[in-house]
Amino acid sequence: MLELRKDIFADERDDNLKEVGRPTQRQDMLGHVTGTSAYYDDHRFANLLHLKVLRSPHAHARIRSIDVEAAARAPGVKRIIRAADVPVNLNTLLSLIQFGKDDEPSLASDVVRYQGEPILAIVATSERAAREALALVRISYDPLPAVFDVEQALKPDAVSVNPAYPKNTFEYHGKYDHQKLRFGDVEAAFAQADMVLEDRYQMSPIEHAPTETNGSIAVPDTNGRFTVHTSTQALFFSLDTAAKINAMPSNQLHFIGGTVGGGFGGKVDTLTEPLAILAARLTGAPVRYRMSRHEEMQFGSPRGAERIYIKDGVMRDGRIIARKATAYFDSGAYTRLSSYAVVKCVAHIPGPYTIPNVHADVFCVFTNRTPATAMRGFGVTALDFALECQMDKDAVAIGMDPLEFRMLNAYRDGDMKAHRREAKNCALIECAQVAAEKANWPLREEFRRMSSRTARPGARAAPPQPVSPQSARAPQRISYERPAVSAPRPADTPAPPARTEPPAPPPGATHGARRFSSVFGTRRR
Amino acid sequence: MKAPIQFRLNGEETATFADAGANLLDVLREAVGDLSVKGGCWQGTCGTCTVLVDGAPRLSCITLAESCAGKSIETVAGLRRGADLHPLQTSFMEHFAAQCGYCTPGMLMAAKALLDRNLNPTRAEVVDAICGNICRCTGYEPIIAAILEAARLEASLGANQRRA
Amino acid sequence: MSVTVKTFARLEEAAAALSSERGARFLGGGTLVMRALNEADPAITTIVRATDPGLAQITVSSSRVELGAGVTMAMILAERELAFLHPVARAVGGPAVREAATVGGNLFAPSPYGDFATALLALDATVTLAGQGARELPLEELLGRRDRGVSLVARVAFRRPASDTFRFAKVTRVRPKGVSVLSIAAQLPLASGRVAGGRVAYGALERTPVRAKAVERALEGRSLDRGAIAPALAAAADGVAPVDDAIASAWWRREILPVHLRRLLLGEAT
Repeated sequence: MLELRKDIFADERDDNLKEVGRPTQRQDMLGHVTGTSAYYDDHRFANLLHLKVLRSPHAHARIRSIDVEAAARAPGVKRIIRAADVPVNLNTLLSLIQFGKDDEPSLASDVVRYQGEPILAIVATSERAAREALALVRISYDPLPAVFDVEQALKPDAVSVNPAYPKNTFEYHGKYDHQKLRFGDVEAAFAQADMVLEDRYQMSPIEHAPTETNGSIAVPDTNGRFTVHTSTQALFFSLDTAAKINAMPSNQLHFIGGTVGGGFGGKVDTLTEPLAILAARLTGAPVRYRMSRHEEMQFGSPRGAERIYIKDGVMRDGRIIARKATAYFDSGAYTRLSSYAVVKCVAHIPGPYTIPNVHADVFCVFTNRTPATAMRGFGVTALDFALECQMDKDAVAIGMDPLEFRMLNAYRDGDMKAHRREAKNCALIECAQVAAEKANWPLREEFRRMSSRTARPGARAAPPQPVSPQSARAPQRISYERPAVSAPRPADTPAPPARTEPPAPPPGATHGARRFSSVFGTRRR
Repeated sequence: MKAPIQFRLNGEETATFADAGANLLDVLREAVGDLSVKGGCWQGTCGTCTVLVDGAPRLSCITLAESCAGKSIETVAGLRRGADLHPLQTSFMEHFAAQCGYCTPGMLMAAKALLDRNLNPTRAEVVDAICGNICRCTGYEPIIAAILEAARLEASLGANQRRA
Repeated sequence: MSVTVKTFARLEEAAAALSSERGARFLGGGTLVMRALNEADPAITTIVRATDPGLAQITVSSSRVELGAGVTMAMILAERELAFLHPVARAVGGPAVREAATVGGNLFAPSPYGDFATALLALDATVTLAGQGARELPLEELLGRRDRGVSLVARVAFRRPASDTFRFAKVTRVRPKGVSVLSIAAQLPLASGRVAGGRVAYGALERTPVRAKAVERALEGRSLDRGAIAPALAAAADGVAPVDDAIASAWWRREILPVHLRRLLLGEAT
């Protein structure tokens, strides 16, 4: 039963809700229960060919030699596709909005950087024939040392994973090796805090495991175009990516999606369409590239693992006066969407709480693992897990009820956030109050009367005083030596809000890229 | 080398040719053209491909097609009763027991296998009936509720109304 | 190249076909072989099937049970005389798997599968191989050499246990159906309330189901109450070498073994 608490913020409501609160039947429900919802594979084509990919068994290796002679002669094989056949064999997904360097090949040529990386594709008259031909490929490797741990990867002597980013971190705006958030002076605040609590949180990679695996069918069309039936969650995104990799004008591609058999973020990486289209071009036949369940589980991109360190300075009266977060995203061997996840993460720190001193460094790190991708709030959900566990520990440490502790520290309207924006339309306090009511969780009277629209009892977080313009900005960290923890950092002073524009897009670019302010960190105008 | 195979599919005599060693899922989808059966793993672990063979639930992806010669196969394409939906279908709709819909055909057939022999299942029996079917979207509760409701609906229909 | 499927009316013919060709595999219920076929396992070139009605036969007398190797878990569940085996059959897969999974197939299922084989080991079952006359060999012997050579099981047999003497527990993370982290089967006949000639077997612990002989010795002559079983619990992991795999670590298996053994012996919920 859905309950609408319209009594809360009643004076702000314009109560014209027509759909919210009313159950509405899904438009595809009848199709689902009759088995007529069409997934990408629910189309039949004469002379359909099947594409299977040869994958690296090594996490990091140089390919010494490849011999496809026996495979090419195997029954049913129509074409073997190699790295040299791919028109644009280096791409990064967010190049579509000019974010990041092209770093990932569709087919590896000299080096493989994660176990499962595709090296070549075999197109055959049946999946069985393709699999049997794969087994006939003679390939030899020289294994290389590999790195699997995010902090190991940042050491100066670490194995270099990704040639586009030799120091194993994504580069923001062409020069920064991480995302940074600075507000106030955490070290001074830690010195004043009644308690300082520090902990480390670690997530594993999580596989979406949709019941329908990733796949697509590329079909030559009558007018020289290609129709692509795909499982993608992101039709235009995948179309543009496939067009770029195939060096085709995008108007030569007709992408048909429709029902996705479970995506959750795992069907945005456009892993099958580019090669399926290339295979259709090279053979003149419809080609299906369907991931097996094993491929989906083992090599389909997961939500990346994250390691998050949180250090809080807390007063006995319940105020958090400092929060320092250092987070490492395991992007795997290539960028995909992790660069963006990191921006989201740093935008989410320190959580929905007014904390006068905040310091965060968030890194997008390359390791020799399966490249990670989006999944259900990636960049934020794991961070929230870490933050909220930390909140509970803080509350226990000072002997305060964990819900009251959150309410005390919650954003209120008008508070200055660490990102130098004023908090607006806050509602954490009201949500906590209703949750407590539903759960019969006792709250003290003052907490039952709290409001997001009034100041917190005690000192409200005042915006930090701007420093004189002559103060040096803390130098950007571009080496991997970590500064000694003991000495307080030179003033990580809050600089005036950043008004710098990102580098101008290359001439001729027509994307509305600047509207993606969350990616570039500029304000929406 | 393809060999002929003949069986009854949703009440209709059906014949096609199948490769030696072909599984029933691929024969139904690729050769016969019944796309209502879905494949999730081709390993016999997810239940997506569940069909009924002589009334028993079977994983079509690990069933040798030729072992079904002469048998009666039911898929979700045959679940409707003429123009009307089967109570399971109606109930799934009303209980929002599907989101992406990919597990739904297999779930419906697993549920049908239960209701065809037990019109008064306990919740535990419903859970057991679908325990071989993975759903990544709904969290299963709406599906369990839908099946229990469908059992009540079915039980209230006369035996004649239960046939198409 | 595609595989060849050969179907024989008599089990002996199937056995002959099986041993005459390296790439031949016997198709029981298909839960393992069809999966391998779907993945184009190059080791399989011929599928051998048998329609011999003896394969699906269940014979229960007052003292003995015989199960054809082709008897499925669903058939076991439909047989009221085999109610003591129902917890085992029900623990194998979901309903669709149970319609296919066979007694014979379970004997060769790699760990962590093989729950039914674990039960048969505790029941001191013998197996009769096809094409070798009526010779019965202990299941333990077959398990020891199941990876070598070719064996086609025709049926299994065991002494029918007295009521309430056979117990089985499957330890799994996902209920009701999930792969075993560990399974324990125990056949515990009592004489004057004390264990006499008990057998205990573990599944999903090592590469094949194994007897827990230290536990058997520690239970001999003891009653099944908390104090009396303490030595057996202490010996729970003696003489066994749990494996590390994706399901559980050896350490974990060793840790939980006495807990689940205790629950089984005392009749507590698992």
